[in-house]
Amino acid sequence: MSYHIDNLDSLQLDVLKEIANIGAGNAATALSVMVNRPIDMNVPKLNIIYFNEVENILGGADIPVTGIYLEFHGDIKGTIMFIIDEASTFNFLSLLFGKDHLDKDKNLGEIELSALKEVGNILTGSFLTSLSQMTGLTINYTIPAIAIDMAAAILSVPFIEFGQQGDRALFIETVFLGKEKQVNGHLFLIPSIDSYTTILQALGVA
Amino acid sequence: MIKTIKVGMADLNIVESPGVLLTLGLGSCVGIALYDTEKQIAGLAHIMLPSSKSINNNHNPAKFADTAIELLIDLMTEKGAIRKNMLAKIAGGAQMFSFKNSTNNLLNIGERNVLATKKVLNGFDIPLVAEDTGGNFGRTIAVYPKTGVLFVKTINHGTKEI
Repeated sequence: MSYHIDNLDSLQLDVLKEIANIGAGNAATALSVMVNRPIDMNVPKLNIIYFNEVENILGGADIPVTGIYLEFHGDIKGTIMFIIDEASTFNFLSLLFGKDHLDKDKNLGEIELSALKEVGNILTGSFLTSLSQMTGLTINYTIPAIAIDMAAAILSVPFIEFGQQGDRALFIETVFLGKEKQVNGHLFLIPSIDSYTTILQALGVA
Repeated sequence: MIKTIKVGMADLNIVESPGVLLTLGLGSCVGIALYDTEKQIAGLAHIMLPSSKSINNNHNPAKFADTAIELLIDLMTEKGAIRKNMLAKIAGGAQMFSFKNSTNNLLNIGERNVLATKKVLNGFDIPLVAEDTGGNFGRTIAVYPKTGVLFVKTINHGTKEI
């Protein structure tokens, strides 16, 4: 049987939620090491939405967001995308650079972009590492690409991949908390059709 | 108050003047606007994929270039638009992210969506009079049935009318 979002049962969704929990926990730890100060996180939420509900998750279909995107391959393949809204992007940079780093009218420079890319790399990397450890599957991943643009335009990339299988997208909503600043992150893990089955089998719930 | 109809992702709709059709944040998706300025009826589809033929789960006609265009024509004709008056304008089809040595054949999906759209329009004999496609940025578009003007807005690449 091949699995996709529309036919996952509640046990399988619970397992995915647990992966999200552990993955995000490891991601928060990695982030905290990177910025050398405590980073907390809320329990991640697993969401499934229809494509036309973009505005409900990021506050608007054409507001600017930051997307960090990479591909993974090995025993399973697919793509993973981490999205943060504009306020969270600036909060993230403050966490990284230690103060109110930039005013919001200013465009981000090379340093800020590569810092965000690195954060995306660490978060998605520690997430995939958790997934790999839990399942025993080998997962390699590419260097991330970054884009800052309209929410729907950024989301069209993972949504098109989901669109080949159905009309909904599954994503994990995580909130990372620094001392004063909060970062609302949305992590889209998009395994290929075959890979869903491989993951669920490796976890014993297929 | 002008009626504005929002078209979501993998969605389509039609409107009569003085209404406006709007779709926000086209990335790799393509916005397909058809209009008949004589009858002042326009249609807009926000498609995600080139063809319904290559996908098993294809029950949403608005998701694919081929089925969306066919449905737009039907809906507009039902409202009184004349098929031979119909003209098309398209926007979107960007590549939002770029990778070196990628094996992911969906990265150039924007370009493939644009090519498929043009092919289908050609098959229905609907002239494509203007386009704003490609690049690596998102677009918000609005189409006006009275004039056939397609308004394109971006974050860092200005606004224009085509």
